[in-house]
Amino acid sequence: MNPILLAGADEISMEVEVLRHFNIFGIDFAFTNTLWYSLWIAFFLILFAFIVNRKLRHVDPMKPPKGLQNALEMAIGVLDKFTAETMGPSGKGFSAFYGCLFLYIMCCNLSGLFVWFVVKDHTVIFDFMRPPTADFAVTLGLGLITFFMTQIFGIRSKGVLGRMKALAEPVFLMTPINLIGEVANPVSLAFRLMGNILAGTIIMALYYGLLPMFAYLLTPVLHFYFDVFAGILQSFIFMFLSMLYVSGAME
Amino acid sequence: MDYNIAEGGALILGCSAIGAGIAMISGFGTGIGQGYAAGKGAEAVGRQPGAAGEITRTMLMGAAVAETTGIYGLFIAIMLVLANPLVDKYYSLFS
Repeated sequence: MNPILLAGADEISMEVEVLRHFNIFGIDFAFTNTLWYSLWIAFFLILFAFIVNRKLRHVDPMKPPKGLQNALEMAIGVLDKFTAETMGPSGKGFSAFYGCLFLYIMCCNLSGLFVWFVVKDHTVIFDFMRPPTADFAVTLGLGLITFFMTQIFGIRSKGVLGRMKALAEPVFLMTPINLIGEVANPVSLAFRLMGNILAGTIIMALYYGLLPMFAYLLTPVLHFYFDVFAGILQSFIFMFLSMLYVSGAME
Repeated sequence: MDYNIAEGGALILGCSAIGAGIAMISGFGTGIGQGYAAGKGAEAVGRQPGAAGEITRTMLMGAAVAETTGIYGLFIAIMLVLANPLVDKYYSLFS
């Protein structure tokens, strides 16, 4: 029994909705709208990458770049420079992964601006997308990627003993606190991203529940602040802090 | 349902709402921290207008990290209002 105390939010779904239950090998698997939308976002990103790849495959390298190629070269140059600045010269190979992470989180955050269909109980409903990053499962998954990358690359560059020694700094007695800090990193990353996006979603839902006239006047501004500004800033911060954690373990 | 049991649930809901309000006091510290960061950023831009872009980026970064503690409070408040675990626990005592 979970009474929803906030009334009047029928335009944006505040909570994660289960679209369908699957039973795979005796394990109950809930197909939520988070999963549905994030699959669509991944599909569009892959489609975009595929189209760009097809387009740029036969480009003459001797000619000056123009159009889409120019913009993409600039973006990738900025990304490479930023990664090398943040992680040091050894971390230059991470730029592809972090660019991918940034694009995915940014598209998830910006998805609150778009209307997309969802199939529920054999009927097709058109509704605002609920940003997948407003679900703690998604952000914790992304945070855990950072956590395991921190440990694995730390062990790779310093060895198991070196990594253990790094956790026992500055004195041996600090080890439990360092361990707690290590576990708290992905959780704080996940909470920061989820809290920002979920707060935006809930406040948007409340404003859409107002009188329609006020809602149409107020919501564009709020969409800009909560979805565009906070969304891009939070995805940037997620990428930046993830870089700091990984490069901190490698040094 | 027994009237007394329902009354207890209502009490839990009311107290949860008050608790959610109290949890949002964490926004106080976040506001002070972000305001401090913004003030220092404005000071730095005044002293060195050439580096305005770099300063703004660093300031937004720091402000967003300072936001984290406020977000924790917000998360507790959202939990208490939207997905209250205490009510389920209370009713599971009687079933």
